[in-house]
Amino acid sequence: MAVTGDGVIVVGAGPAGIRAAERLVAAGIRPTVVEESARDGGQIYRRQPEGFRRPPEALYGADSAKARALHEAAQALHPRVDWRPGTLVWAIRDGTLLVNRAGQHEALPFRHLILATGATDRIMPLPGWTLPGVTSLGGAQIALKAQGCVIGREPVFLGTGPLLYLVAWQYLKAGVAVRGVLDTSAFAKRVLAAPWLAARPGLLARGLAYTAALRRAGVRIATNITPLEVEGEDRVAALRWRDAAGVEHRAACDGIGMGYGLRPETQLADLAGCAFAFDGGARLWLPVTDGDGRSSVPCVYLAGDGAQIRGADAAELAGRLAACAALRDSGRAVDELEMATLRRRLAGMTRFRRGLERAFPYPAHLAADLPDETLVCRCEAITAGALRQAGGEYGAAEVNRAKAFSRTGMGRCQGRMCGPAAAEVLAAARGIPMAQAGRLRGAAPVKPLPLATEAAP
Amino acid sequence: MTQADVIIVGGGLMGTASAFFLRQRGLSVILLERDLVGSHASGTNFGNVRRQGRFLPQLPLANRSRAIWGDLPGIIGEDSEFLPSGHLRIAFREEDEARLVAHAAAAREWGLDLDLITGNALRDRFPYLSPSARMASHSPLDGHANPRLAAPAFARAARRAGAVLHEGAAVLGIVKSAEDFVVETAIGAFRAPLLQISAGAWGGRIAAAFGEPVPITPAAPQMGVTEPMPYRIAPVMGIATTVKEEGVYLRQVKRGNIVFGGGARSEASLDTRRARLDPLNTLAQLPHLARLLPPIRALSIIRTWSGVEGYMADDIPVMGPSGKVTGLFYAFGFCGHGFQLGPGVGATMAELIATGHAGIPIEPFHISRFAQGPPG
Repeated sequence: MAVTGDGVIVVGAGPAGIRAAERLVAAGIRPTVVEESARDGGQIYRRQPEGFRRPPEALYGADSAKARALHEAAQALHPRVDWRPGTLVWAIRDGTLLVNRAGQHEALPFRHLILATGATDRIMPLPGWTLPGVTSLGGAQIALKAQGCVIGREPVFLGTGPLLYLVAWQYLKAGVAVRGVLDTSAFAKRVLAAPWLAARPGLLARGLAYTAALRRAGVRIATNITPLEVEGEDRVAALRWRDAAGVEHRAACDGIGMGYGLRPETQLADLAGCAFAFDGGARLWLPVTDGDGRSSVPCVYLAGDGAQIRGADAAELAGRLAACAALRDSGRAVDELEMATLRRRLAGMTRFRRGLERAFPYPAHLAADLPDETLVCRCEAITAGALRQAGGEYGAAEVNRAKAFSRTGMGRCQGRMCGPAAAEVLAAARGIPMAQAGRLRGAAPVKPLPLATEAAP
Repeated sequence: MTQADVIIVGGGLMGTASAFFLRQRGLSVILLERDLVGSHASGTNFGNVRRQGRFLPQLPLANRSRAIWGDLPGIIGEDSEFLPSGHLRIAFREEDEARLVAHAAAAREWGLDLDLITGNALRDRFPYLSPSARMASHSPLDGHANPRLAAPAFARAARRAGAVLHEGAAVLGIVKSAEDFVVETAIGAFRAPLLQISAGAWGGRIAAAFGEPVPITPAAPQMGVTEPMPYRIAPVMGIATTVKEEGVYLRQVKRGNIVFGGGARSEASLDTRRARLDPLNTLAQLPHLARLLPPIRALSIIRTWSGVEGYMADDIPVMGPSGKVTGLFYAFGFCGHGFQLGPGVGATMAELIATGHAGIPIEPFHISRFAQGPPG
């Protein structure tokens, strides 16, 4: 099949993808931009549905100027790119993306591929976490941002990371009675991480302001907590948790937003054949990139939170840098100063990221104590006990073997939600380092593919 | 233990079942598996426990195997999700219908009773089938099982029965001394007077090293599974056709997902030990799956996979004693239809190795059918 256009495809139209496409267009290229959602903007600058009229200030708060700028950049790109919204890339085969748009199949060959696939919430299971009313933090935020809906009138927010405080604050601002912000990380970690966090004083100050505003409103904020159980019959009624002093508490609530940082969406990098390495700071297997976004596979570039979690500002820079790398690799002149500047600005953000990992570590220690009956894989309803049996009695030494024996990660989400947590449970059960528990191998389709799919006319 | 009565090379379903049944007959066994037990064809296949549609001289073996499948909990202590749900082969063309009629008549001679169902009876009994289906050949006692569980279950049972199983034991070389086979592996040397090669798609390399080359090609089946829906389709079903691309099949597991496969195969590599799923093959399966079971169009596919299978040029496995080397036995190259046979292969190889007699006719599978020129 012939490569159409200029043969450059950008997957994802969030901050990284839009800035990558913009840089390509500036070089005179007409890239194809494939986006799974109906609109551009990504998650953090997710646009409200057509016809909704809330102003950016209401939707994006302190980031409204950035959101507006990104949306305007995207809008300006539409006539200059092959814009394909609502399109799922479900497989990669021999330099070709297989895509599905509303049940129509198409094959899109590429010469250069920039993957800007973003991230989703990272979870840690706890008893009762699949009850209706428990959502991810990102889901709670999107409900508010995109639809003007809330997850509850009296919600509790549980987890760790900056998003925990941001979402709680956004709910507070929307007039919701937030019943608690419960953080698994110890406050002392934040103090110790200060030298890294100081790399971005503005963001650090903003985070402190959210916390202060929540406290002023009388919201209970607790750190170094241990979540115990989500209680409820048909839906969430309360969260039981233990404080740092060992005292148990019960917070009545009608919704729980839960998240422990973010997890890159790396399935397409996997299907493209990119090499992965274990990142000890993030406790995740991540695709290997050079500083400019080149993956281990020639002509495949990774940018934004889909490669490593550094946030939206870094994603915009990384998208542009990956485009520069692709342009240079295809023989076009790129000013070294431009790339050097991008690299330098990204370095500070990487340092900040390392600070966040120290301040708000993923609570891996909770995996060992999860009760056997707790669901880990919610799609297939697989418990921690079944996973431990796969690792113990059945001898599965890493997650793919444990998946084969227990079905963990075999459902609709293909382990995107539970995969890292399952690896933690397995590692704890076998007493091996997380890196040794491995990562679930990717397979097509990246997301469910309708059987009614037909070739595009 | 580095010495035993029998060494088995290959820990797929054939090797693990053979190890288990050899222990039942009192022989000591060392099984050497290069990767993980059941991780290639045995663990990645469709899971068909089907007798109908086979090369007829295979039926005594398939019948023996079916009896073991039916009593797995009693024999190895777990059922590997075996469900005797029935199996349907569906004809959409007149000539395929005629082949079903002929096969049913011939299979009866081999002890397999098939019901041929047509017209309103077909629609009344299996209302979810395509209205354009002309005939179903129904094998009521066939069914399906979980391939990810079967070989590891036999491996555990073999271990409990006293067999020694090593994973990560890649064979580097085999030497036949006066008394024993000496098998050099990545984890040391093992010796035994009797040796069984159950190395699947890789079996041909070892047979060739013993001077018995066979025409075997690795290939990758194209498997997939849908999201779950309420469990209501009991029988395994497949399209009876001579057109390769149309030959899809499917089964619903009790938790509701529909597993499917068939049609064109893709490439598999003996060197990288990886099989490639070609997503275009998945797309090509869709219209045929929808023809077989129209309601499936409402579902989504959530996962696809493949594995390394070994196909013989004549589509018949290699099974039985070597034609050249005393004490050497083969059971490999099951051409994508070995899962149902596995337990029976184990019982038969154990009987053959322990007594010198297979108990059922297995001559059609003898490796000497590929021997060039006069024997010797």
